[in-house]
Amino acid sequence: MTRSIIRVSAVMAILLLAVIANITYIQVFKADEYRNASGNARAILQEYSRERGPILVGRQAVAKSVETSGDLKYQREYTSPEPYAPVTGFYSQVYGATGIERAENSVLSGTDDRLLFDRLQQLFAGRDPQGGAVTLGINASAQAAAFNGLGGRKGAVAAIAPKTGQLLALAQSPSFDPNNLASNNSKEVTRYYNSLIDDPNQPLLNRPLVSTNPPGSVFKVVTAAAALESGRFNPQSSVPCPAKYRLPGTSTDIGNAFSGDLGSISLTEALTVSCNTAFAWLANQLGDDAMRAQAEAFGFGTSFEVPMPSAAGRYPENPDAAQTAITGYGQGDVQTTALNMAQVAAAIANSGLTMAPYLVTEISGPDLKVLDTTTPESFQQAMSPDNARDLTAMMVSVVQSGTGSNGQIPGVRVAGKTGTAETTEGAANTTWFIAFAPADNPEVAVAVVLEEGGGGGNSSSGPIARSVMEAILGR
Amino acid sequence: MATSTATPREITRVQPTRRNTELGLMVLAFIIGGYAMFNTALASGEGIDNELWIALAVLAGVGLVGHLAVRFLAPYAEPIMLPTAYLLNFLGLVMIYRLDIAEAQRAQENASPEPTPAVLGQLTWTIVGILLVALVFLIVRDHRKLQRYTYISLFIGVVLLLLPLAPGIGETINGATLWIRIGSLTFQPAELAKIALTIFLAGYLVTKRESLKVVKNKFLGVPLPRGRDLGPLLAGWLLAMAIIAFESEIGTAVIFFGLFITLLYVATQRRGWVLLGLIFAATGAVFAYLAFSHVRVRFEIWLDPFADAEGTGFQVVQSLFGLANGGLLGTGWAQGYPQLVPFANSDFILASFGEELGLTGLIAILLLFGILVQRGLRTAVACRDVFGRLLATGLATVFGLQVFVVAAGVTKLIPMTGLTTPFMSAGGSALIANWIMIGILLRISDVTRRPDPVVTSPDDALTQVVRL
Repeated sequence: MTRSIIRVSAVMAILLLAVIANITYIQVFKADEYRNASGNARAILQEYSRERGPILVGRQAVAKSVETSGDLKYQREYTSPEPYAPVTGFYSQVYGATGIERAENSVLSGTDDRLLFDRLQQLFAGRDPQGGAVTLGINASAQAAAFNGLGGRKGAVAAIAPKTGQLLALAQSPSFDPNNLASNNSKEVTRYYNSLIDDPNQPLLNRPLVSTNPPGSVFKVVTAAAALESGRFNPQSSVPCPAKYRLPGTSTDIGNAFSGDLGSISLTEALTVSCNTAFAWLANQLGDDAMRAQAEAFGFGTSFEVPMPSAAGRYPENPDAAQTAITGYGQGDVQTTALNMAQVAAAIANSGLTMAPYLVTEISGPDLKVLDTTTPESFQQAMSPDNARDLTAMMVSVVQSGTGSNGQIPGVRVAGKTGTAETTEGAANTTWFIAFAPADNPEVAVAVVLEEGGGGGNSSSGPIARSVMEAILGR
Repeated sequence: MATSTATPREITRVQPTRRNTELGLMVLAFIIGGYAMFNTALASGEGIDNELWIALAVLAGVGLVGHLAVRFLAPYAEPIMLPTAYLLNFLGLVMIYRLDIAEAQRAQENASPEPTPAVLGQLTWTIVGILLVALVFLIVRDHRKLQRYTYISLFIGVVLLLLPLAPGIGETINGATLWIRIGSLTFQPAELAKIALTIFLAGYLVTKRESLKVVKNKFLGVPLPRGRDLGPLLAGWLLAMAIIAFESEIGTAVIFFGLFITLLYVATQRRGWVLLGLIFAATGAVFAYLAFSHVRVRFEIWLDPFADAEGTGFQVVQSLFGLANGGLLGTGWAQGYPQLVPFANSDFILASFGEELGLTGLIAILLLFGILVQRGLRTAVACRDVFGRLLATGLATVFGLQVFVVAAGVTKLIPMTGLTTPFMSAGGSALIANWIMIGILLRISDVTRRPDPVVTSPDDALTQVVRL
């Protein structure tokens, strides 16, 4: 009888081992699959129960987690919501995340591999897991200047440190309040989100990164760069600036914003007065391939991850001669973003070298110890340093004695270019201003676009660009 | 006839009582449980309040009463089972307390009235359970006396099983007709029926085992019992099928039938009974699958709980999610979401432990049950009389099978059947039944190890048994 009881005991041991083997399989090998399974509310609850890391500008948090009483332990709080919305994006339990909240989620939520050591520390110290911090290269006063400068007008501002590609400002209008989307009250979140979706001005659209517009005359700097790079032109080369220019192969005439025939003028002069006919003629001379190559060297045609993806600027694929001519002054099918035009200005400022733009400068652990620093990356040499210096001088002339007078900053040499693009008939013009300063040792390049700016680029967009530059230069 | 396997010589030695070992283990169990309780109170943000101190004092008192009952009423009982059961009971209380906090928070968020904490009832039943251990010691001075009640036990067991079907007091909760209600008290008589039927089977097999041993034919090399001896097996099988059919309770049926087969095998040492039992069980399973939709549903959930993850598969899927969330080390007390699993403090309490204490914690708990079963079977081996051996084997088997069926069920190893986890799940009837079983096992162990100054020859032992 003893033997049969021992056999029963053995069967019991086998049953126990079977259960242990099975829970090991579930809790170790299948755990990840189950954790990520749809319908597992734990993943959401857990993400909200963890103290998400802050998004920092300088030493100030623009987004941080605050404790709440409720099922979800923490709630996101945005300290300067609307100015920073295109940067931070939102973090919503209903609608997911956008912006840095989405692009840097692994760091902010603490699951990133670079935070492994911190996670282990928290585990052993028995502390609640905490996410890492993301530090942005945004300059707070430039961001404020950009947002305030827009003043509710539909438009966007992008500012770049020319030597590195670090984004100094990224603002838009209209903007939204991400606090209202991060609320634990899903009914209110839904109502607010729907109001944003229904808004014809699309406040959720990340304007500086993805909203494309015809650049108009600011694109003349690209044409000018292509002309200098072709070797056939220099700033003193004379170009025709008639009152009317007949587009090749058509009977259509185009004209200038000013009246009269200036005859033959220097390339510098043509840019300074923003002569459409001269640049149409130039584009025709250079051909669409050279124009496209130049545009693409400045970042057109590429989507940059800043880390959110930007929309690629566009130069038309197969333009005929007439279309090529009008691209010379940024009309036709040329489309671009504020980020892209800021890159053009930055590349000229940076001796012709286009840099890859980036927002995040540092990743740090919950203790704010720096874990990773962004190394600037170059994108492409868009033009030779000599030609870049020449083009800079031409753009300085634009601000000092031409159409870009609103870019002037006392005591600082500013290089810039205005743009006023006609969009649809009857609609207000899209106005641009791109600039960088100081011209001889650039610290900031900026692009401002007002989609319905009205008037001209100098009067509507110029003051915004100037105030952003002043903020960076500390003036 | 008992002498054929008994070993009467051994007991002439004076056995150490090992009561101090037991006391030490009780203190250790109290420290572990108390630590878990503090941990839960602090981690949940509930804080350490007076009620917590009172609960701890009560539990310390309960443990002390249990220990003193053994020390004075069953001094030679083995020292492991009581502390093991006490620790399991304690940890179960902490988990129920932790889930009460979650329920209270949920009620607060929904602005609904705070539910009555389940831990209060469970603590009360824990006290009753320990007192019942003392009562078992007082009433059952010698477990062999229980053999007198063989057929009364059968009657009591069957009545208890059928009670929920009685109109007026029977109650169907979550599809299973397993409860009776008297006033505001609900009770699961099947839990006590387990004890009664184990006593019956042990007593019955003591007298019938010789005839059940007779083999006639062989099947696949396994000697098979005679056809006319199949009556008891058939009766047990019918009882199990009746439970499934009328009370919609697969788990209890599995336990009873498993207990039955195990005791038949141990009493007769004939593998043929196991083979026949498995054939009966398989037939029963196929029949139940075809005949009862509730069995089919359980089976389909087992095959693929994710097919209807929001419906019928919800419990098992949530249980798996909880276990996965726990991973290797668990979230820690009050840091996971065990409250998302339905019946988190009763049928699925092991999933709750798996989530918050992780694989390591869950294995530790399963090993505690393993120790309990092993100590029960060891008591059976050491016991000198056949009745005591069968009774101890039966009680240990009930624990073992029940833990297996529930643990394998919540982890999808076998279909989920809805059983309580011994000592842990919220529920008074199961808890007191489990404590009574521990009381009987301790008594058997006490009698076995008790020095008997009079015994000098095997004949005395024989006389002793026959006298009953």
